[in-house]
Amino acid sequence: MTPDLNLSHTPAHRRQGSSIGQPMTRRDGILKVTGAATYAADNHPPDMLYAVLAVAAIARGRVASLDVAAALAHRGVVEVMTPANRPALALDPDAKFHPFMFRLDLLQNDGVRYPNQPIAVVIAETLEAATEGAALLAPRYETETARVGFEDAETFVPGGVGVGNPASQQKGDVKAGLAAAATRVEARYETPPQYHNAMEPHAIVASWDGDSLTVDTPSQGLAIAQGRIAGLFGLSPDKVHVRSPFLGGGFGSKGLVSGPQVLGILAARLVGRPVKLVLRREQMYGPVGHRAPTRQTLRLGIDSEGRLTALDHHALTASSTFDDFFEPAADASHTLYASPAIATAHEAVRLDTGTPLFMRAPGEATGSIALESAVDEAAWACGRDPLDFRLANYAEVEPMTGKPFSSKALRECYAEAAARFGWSGRPLAPRAMRDTAGLLTGWGMGTATFPALMFQAEARAVLKSDGRGLMETSAADMGQGAWTALAQIAADGLGLDIGQLEFRAGSSDLPDAGIAGGSGHTATAGMAIHNAGAAVIARLADIATADAASPLYGAGNEGVVARSGRLYRRGDESRSESYTEILGRAGLSEIEARGTSAADQDTREAYAMHAHGAVFAEVKVDPDLGQVRVTRLVGAFAAGRVINPRLVRSQYLGGMIWGASFALHEEALADHRTGRIQNANLAEYHVPVNADVPSVEALLVHEDDPYVNALGIKGVGEIGITGTAGAVANAVWHATGVRPRRFPVRIEDLLAGGGLG
Amino acid sequence: MSLSISLTINGEQRDVELDDPRVTLLDLLRERLDLTGTKKGCDRGQCGACTVLVDGRRVNSCLALAASQDGAEILTIEGLAQGETLHPVQAAFIAHDGFQCGFCTPGQIMSAVGLIGEGQAGDDPERIREAMSGNLCRCAAYGGIVEAVLEAQRTIAAGNGADTRRDAA
Amino acid sequence: MNRFDYVRPTSLAEAVAAAAMPGAAYLAGGTNLLDLMKGGVARPERLVDITRLPELNRVERLDDGSLRVGALVRNADLAHDQAFAATYPAVAEALLSGASAQLRNAATVGGNIMQRTRCSYFYDTASACNRRELGSGCDALAGENRHHAVLGWSPACIATHPSDFCVPLVALDAVVEIEGSKGRRHVTLEEFHRLPGEAPQRETVLEPGELVVAVRLPAEASAFASHARYLKLRERTSYAFAVVSAAAALVVEGGRIRQARLALGGVAAKPWRARAAEAALLGAEPGEAAYAGAAALALAEAKPSGDNGFKIELARRVAVRALSLAEAGTPARLPALPASVFASTTGARHDA
Repeated sequence: MTPDLNLSHTPAHRRQGSSIGQPMTRRDGILKVTGAATYAADNHPPDMLYAVLAVAAIARGRVASLDVAAALAHRGVVEVMTPANRPALALDPDAKFHPFMFRLDLLQNDGVRYPNQPIAVVIAETLEAATEGAALLAPRYETETARVGFEDAETFVPGGVGVGNPASQQKGDVKAGLAAAATRVEARYETPPQYHNAMEPHAIVASWDGDSLTVDTPSQGLAIAQGRIAGLFGLSPDKVHVRSPFLGGGFGSKGLVSGPQVLGILAARLVGRPVKLVLRREQMYGPVGHRAPTRQTLRLGIDSEGRLTALDHHALTASSTFDDFFEPAADASHTLYASPAIATAHEAVRLDTGTPLFMRAPGEATGSIALESAVDEAAWACGRDPLDFRLANYAEVEPMTGKPFSSKALRECYAEAAARFGWSGRPLAPRAMRDTAGLLTGWGMGTATFPALMFQAEARAVLKSDGRGLMETSAADMGQGAWTALAQIAADGLGLDIGQLEFRAGSSDLPDAGIAGGSGHTATAGMAIHNAGAAVIARLADIATADAASPLYGAGNEGVVARSGRLYRRGDESRSESYTEILGRAGLSEIEARGTSAADQDTREAYAMHAHGAVFAEVKVDPDLGQVRVTRLVGAFAAGRVINPRLVRSQYLGGMIWGASFALHEEALADHRTGRIQNANLAEYHVPVNADVPSVEALLVHEDDPYVNALGIKGVGEIGITGTAGAVANAVWHATGVRPRRFPVRIEDLLAGGGLG
Repeated sequence: MSLSISLTINGEQRDVELDDPRVTLLDLLRERLDLTGTKKGCDRGQCGACTVLVDGRRVNSCLALAASQDGAEILTIEGLAQGETLHPVQAAFIAHDGFQCGFCTPGQIMSAVGLIGEGQAGDDPERIREAMSGNLCRCAAYGGIVEAVLEAQRTIAAGNGADTRRDAA
Repeated sequence: MNRFDYVRPTSLAEAVAAAAMPGAAYLAGGTNLLDLMKGGVARPERLVDITRLPELNRVERLDDGSLRVGALVRNADLAHDQAFAATYPAVAEALLSGASAQLRNAATVGGNIMQRTRCSYFYDTASACNRRELGSGCDALAGENRHHAVLGWSPACIATHPSDFCVPLVALDAVVEIEGSKGRRHVTLEEFHRLPGEAPQRETVLEPGELVVAVRLPAEASAFASHARYLKLRERTSYAFAVVSAAAALVVEGGRIRQARLALGGVAAKPWRARAAEAALLGAEPGEAAYAGAAALALAEAKPSGDNGFKIELARRVAVRALSLAEAGTPARLPALPASVFASTTGARHDA
């Protein structure tokens, strides 16, 4: 049954000569390959000083003393900001008015609540002096016992997880489903803390002009950042100008303003000069968020036909001692596999860490690796091929809610990726394949999914009498390609060739484009752009069709089509007129209109909206020595309308490599006594290098979705991790016979599990 | 104490008075000479974002003292294009989408230019992957980077009028 | 980074004189020293920049058939020196398996030998570390230590030496040439690095102010050219320190092993020469059985220093594999992934 909903029946992508769908190269490409793209730390206003953080070496306690005199005595040091002299704020950094207002460490007191918490800021004429000044502070602490691991911590049920989801949900009777099952699988999986580690460290250049503030700082959501800063300093938001034309990666860690960024602003306030503050790499392991560790227990019941009778997913996770973010790992089991009974539940502990945060596919990634591993275990327990097993449990409606999917081309994803990978003929049993060099070879798969989210945004469209157009929205490009994809939508929205378009973004004085997060930015900002374009075209059409001198006179608003800078009469394209002619005759130098976007709540009530994908992985494992390499990844994804296949493919590939990294590489290792992260660097916190991923392919599966939004866009930024992490883990099992239950996979686990030699 | 050093940066002779011996080549470029194309990702030789060519060799500029580079010839990302004409490596990075956020890109490109100059990898993708493994890309545009290096290498070889890789297979 | 005096001597004598003052350090490639200075682990008062000393930048064959490699020769230049790589392939392979191309372009032979441990407690100045500050204790001992030493460690220190280069060097009886205020002396690489014992802060036999000026490979080292490999186990495919590594070199004649060399990396505070294993191999028939026996001897004294018992079995296996690879022969060209277990497999289809 299709509810009667207000849908667009003439989506922009159907227009002739469309920019949408074209594999354009990045419009910011030349800036990026020549070094001319300006990231926050590249700014250098006159008279600027350098600020460097001093951070805590303990996890819990208080700073008993700082040798401020030694720092001040260092040549070039101008000032040391501590709780004693930090400029006043209008708002308590610990105030929390809503769940996504995270508590910040802004030198409000001498307390320490996690390692690498800022405890002072040294400001100097040079970076070298500020850096050494911070070292000279030589803090002394009163240290309390750190709460580091899950083991000794008290568990509790959080009030909500992720973005306000209930901590536990269920449908059907899991206990009965398990009791009735012919086969039962129960397994516990461990995932480690991970850190975003965008290549660009968080940075800010802050300049005050009286009570006006300009900051260059990477932000995935400029209006939110502007509002947060304004609130902290008691300013009206229009006094705060946030510029973020390029982010050197975000992955969630630049979604909200972090403490160190605000400290840069405070430092500038204190010294009355512009200040640049850039985090050192090791300082990114604390105050700018991370992916929380989990311990997940899955119980699956399967009947004799290989169908799930029950799916129970319990996740234990961790937040900080002073704030709440709970990785919604178990919610991954809501959407993928049909089961008459599903229960998901979360518990949490509090640890002396920085507050965890959204990190690329928060919850989806952690939950997916556990779920896909458990499903693989179930398939093996039933003697079924992992793909057949997944198809047997294919969800025709969203399992948890029973809602129909707005679109779901997952079967096609399975089929295309499996064919491309060459999955058929895979031996069921592990340790059955070797390559010509004798390496254990394993094939595994996983299903990918990510919700199709939309937030709120606004855009402003302008048509000019010279035939050019302008589109403005404060979109953030952290690599996903907003400068290009949104411009493509804008060009179509304005009925212009993209060369005639000026696209402005990345600045908070533009209309709010919402947050570049949740894989929803292209849909959200794109729809605002689309609507702004439609609105300004409607104005233009009004002018033309009401003007007796126009060939479009009398055509009425419904009766024109915009294309390549002209309006055409629908049904009679011999009658047309250029924008220039229309505006010129009307004596207008330009016209403008605004458009907004938001999720349509009625459709969202009626439909479950997700992107889907299937990922197949090949790993090779040295049979004696246990080193693992992902030699092939093939993914196929269906995520609605593709604005730019080149950029979308890159997003999938990047996500898939994050998935491989989740399974094999990434882990922050805290000393179990002090809580200090022992590998807070890029040498020993392993992210994949080029040699780790010799062959990764992403296939784009066609999918029309008339419900998600008028453009039919879902999201592509995060889905690649899901599915892939599990696929790699399952391939390791298939190669070795050892089921990875602790991630990342370690050589010693393969050794101990008898998978080697 | 002040140190006078003389460098050639992107073909231009630069005399620099260093008031502080601690200044690294990276910080000299970024903070004192307004050449901010070269990026600081880790400052510890662990990511490759700061890669520049020193006397034709790719190095991590974060682990090089500026004072120690006296007399050296430095090539940074800003000096690679000839006017409006992109270097083949730059053009190939765009064509193959060898980047997303772009932050590691100057380092990747300078590393690729260094790699091609070294002439060790030939047209073997595996050797290119290994030789580019000193440049982390968190967006993980690795596939496009390898394709870009291969294409740029072909372009450069063709431009030089000689197929120097005839025997490489 | 603390402030320091920067001096750039133009002769070796001047350099040694300049470094005579306490708190002085030699600066060459800088890839390790500057990293340590940025972390506050090293705080030299004076840097003696030796990069302009031309006499340290040469590779020369000496009359006795040995090869003398100047301390300032860059890792990449040495590895890509065709004659060198053909004669000492395991050394070239080890060099190319270390760090990244950029670091190898800067890092020097002398600096590689002088590099400090990657023990995280050594790097973390808030931790107790006897190597950094004698008497402060060793936080690694009951800490996160799965990468730590299984051979030659003491309760004072369980750190490992991170060099790849040094592993085949020590196997090939390399000798370190040292210049000091009292003149020049020579020490075998095996003796050059010290085990921690009670004094882990003394990492090498260098006296204050002494400078490594060259490394020599004796004439006999070239005998292994056709059967020498380095194998390095890692947690990512490249740009990672070894979990465990091994250099193996053999001379096989008439179906018997006539000469054997074996050294291990990542297992001790120094590159670990496995002499008992070598002795056991002499006269043996090449093959898995002999290698397993030798590997067992190499690790006979090993014991976990913490949560790292797996490294003992792993090191045995790496030793066996390295010996097998050496027996199979040096490849005509170094593999695309030097020293990797995946060296020979790219693109190979599975054959079920």
